[in-house]
Amino acid sequence: MKRHLLSAADLTRDDALLVLDTAAELGRVADRTIKKLPTLRGRTVVNLFYEDSTRTRLSFEVAAKRLSADVVTFSAKGSSVSKGESLKDTALTLEAMGADAVVCRHHASGAPHRLANWIQGSVVNAGDGTHEHPTQALLDAYTMRQRMGRLEGLRVTIIGDILHSRVARSNVLLLNTLGADVTLVAPPTLLPVGIEAWPAQTSYDTDSVLPKSDVVMMLRVQRERMGAAFFPSAREYSRRYGLDADRMAMLPDDAIVMHPGPMNRGMEIAAEVADSVRSTIVDQVANGVSVRMAVLYLLLGGSEAAFGTHEVEAGA
Amino acid sequence: MSSWLLQGVALPAADGAAPLVDIRIVDGVVAELGTSLGPGDAAVFDGAGLIALPGLVDLHTHLREPGREDAETVETGTRAAALGGFTAVHAMANTDPVADTAGVVEQVWRLGRDAGHCDVHPVGAVTLGLNGVALAELGAMADSAARVRVFSDDGRCVSDAGLMRRALDYVKAFDGVIAQHAQEPTLTEGAQMHEGIVSARLGLQGWPAAAEESIIARDCLLAAHTGSRLHVCHVSTAGSVELLRWAKSKGWRVTAEVTPHHLVLTDELAESYDPLYKVNPPLRTSADVEALRDGLADGTIDAVATDHAPHALEDKESEWGCAAFGMLGLETALSIVVEAMVETGRMSWYDVADRMSVRPAAIGRLVDQGLRPAVGVPANITMVDPGVHWTVDPGQLASRSRNTPYAGRTLPARVVATFLRGRATVLDGKLA
Repeated sequence: MKRHLLSAADLTRDDALLVLDTAAELGRVADRTIKKLPTLRGRTVVNLFYEDSTRTRLSFEVAAKRLSADVVTFSAKGSSVSKGESLKDTALTLEAMGADAVVCRHHASGAPHRLANWIQGSVVNAGDGTHEHPTQALLDAYTMRQRMGRLEGLRVTIIGDILHSRVARSNVLLLNTLGADVTLVAPPTLLPVGIEAWPAQTSYDTDSVLPKSDVVMMLRVQRERMGAAFFPSAREYSRRYGLDADRMAMLPDDAIVMHPGPMNRGMEIAAEVADSVRSTIVDQVANGVSVRMAVLYLLLGGSEAAFGTHEVEAGA
Repeated sequence: MSSWLLQGVALPAADGAAPLVDIRIVDGVVAELGTSLGPGDAAVFDGAGLIALPGLVDLHTHLREPGREDAETVETGTRAAALGGFTAVHAMANTDPVADTAGVVEQVWRLGRDAGHCDVHPVGAVTLGLNGVALAELGAMADSAARVRVFSDDGRCVSDAGLMRRALDYVKAFDGVIAQHAQEPTLTEGAQMHEGIVSARLGLQGWPAAAEESIIARDCLLAAHTGSRLHVCHVSTAGSVELLRWAKSKGWRVTAEVTPHHLVLTDELAESYDPLYKVNPPLRTSADVEALRDGLADGTIDAVATDHAPHALEDKESEWGCAAFGMLGLETALSIVVEAMVETGRMSWYDVADRMSVRPAAIGRLVDQGLRPAVGVPANITMVDPGVHWTVDPGQLASRSRNTPYAGRTLPARVVATFLRGRATVLDGKLA
């Protein structure tokens, strides 16, 4: 694996499968009374969050702590960032403090790429602007494999604000690497110009795609998009692109419904869909911790020596 | 030094030949052209292997003074200009305070005259404070000591069609020209880079080609309607070249410029997220680069203009989205044009002189610039060694800023000497 995880495109098929397999091993720790391994003892993981994301921040924090790393969380609010310190100065500060890994969430696309120029340790992109969110894609792939038993040939449909979605970008890249067939569904205003170069199909018509989907991933629609004329109203969006019980019934019997959260119930997803047996939303959260443990483990310790059960036992 | 004898220099001619001549300069003027001229009391400059061009003229330079002297000053910017072979630059109006009054343009003009490295012709703002609402006192700037003829809100587009029409009309009184930064603002809110395959992948907000082209189409129609002069700044798309070709075929008074960077760099450079490549208008695709080269070669695009845009380090060493737009250009412009146009066989050295000196001077209505060496013309001459290659080292540039996109790149051709009205501003590639 590369030193940093900035884009899902950084992962080869073997890398991605190694992360998923490692996550499966490490995930077993969660079933134990003492949910902790000594693997990253003495290593420092910094969570550098320029954007509020309780879910992702907690997930990385729990993952690093379960591997016994020292975790420091540095959030934009209440730090020197609000006094106007530049990303470079923050990076140099973290470097001086000996960060082994920096998990970066940032409102600007590419900020983790910039950080990687200034930091010796590993940089993990925890969501940058409207660019990518590779660990989300990994946990989604993990969840699909867990529920469907395979990724190769799986028909995955992603519905929603593709234009601004870092989740969609990372999922398209990773799922393509892993052999799944991806279809993106959105109103034309929320598909980027240049999408024809993506390894995915596109459609404007939710109903025609659902019967051919093994997995449906609903994306959150940001409130601020409504004011910017991407679509006329929340009601119209919901009617054309929302997943309600009637639409869910169009899916094949074993199909699953995913959502990266946080959800707008009643907007892109109806409550009865979110709470149905098809929904994997809670699994995704649990799997997020395992996948992030695997990523930190592989970036910080285990990139040459393949991870084995031995070490898990030793830490038990 | 009141007189020079430039010996054995190649003088590019329209037919592609470049006969070797001696040029005698006396009191700032070309006094004699010929072969085997005797030096007399003139200082001798050995021009063997060098090409003589009329001093280069830049229509689009940001000198940053007054206001951002940490990024560039008239002194440092004009040093860079002289080293790049320029004998005249047009200083853009987006300073702080904005160059929207006779007072500010005269200040910039005087700073240029005092520095003495090249002529500085201030560009006046079209609207007060570049706010796009009310016309600045264009006539006062035209009548000032700076004799402003080029007006631009560069960095911002005069997007209001009614106001643009009035501006075009108004400058006819003093043979002015409106230099438009063509960017429809409602299509480019928050835009970061060319909208296309790369922006879709990088998740950076797109700046569509249509935002430039729609303004150019509108402005060409307004230029036709008013019978006035429109100059289109830094054309960046294939569609813009087509529109200009159409407007020129109608005989409308429309001219255009292209930057050196749009002739060689593409949007894929944004992959690094390094804001050195963040510029407005943005780097486009290789198809656009091809169309721009075609347009420059066939004369649809009249001029190369640098859009030299110095920025302090901290304004570029940041996240892409927070960084300033712009890149340096004065010291690399000629070499980039040689690489993109001469080495590819698309343009001769005679054409280089046309696009980098003759035509830009004509657009700016500069009477003593843009004249090919001939007896009786002001001795503004740039001596170029076409045979050498050099590697760009940002630390060695004369500009106060370092934001060149060409660091480490090896480029052809180097300016050896620049003469401004017979006085050497550059000799042996160094400031004289």
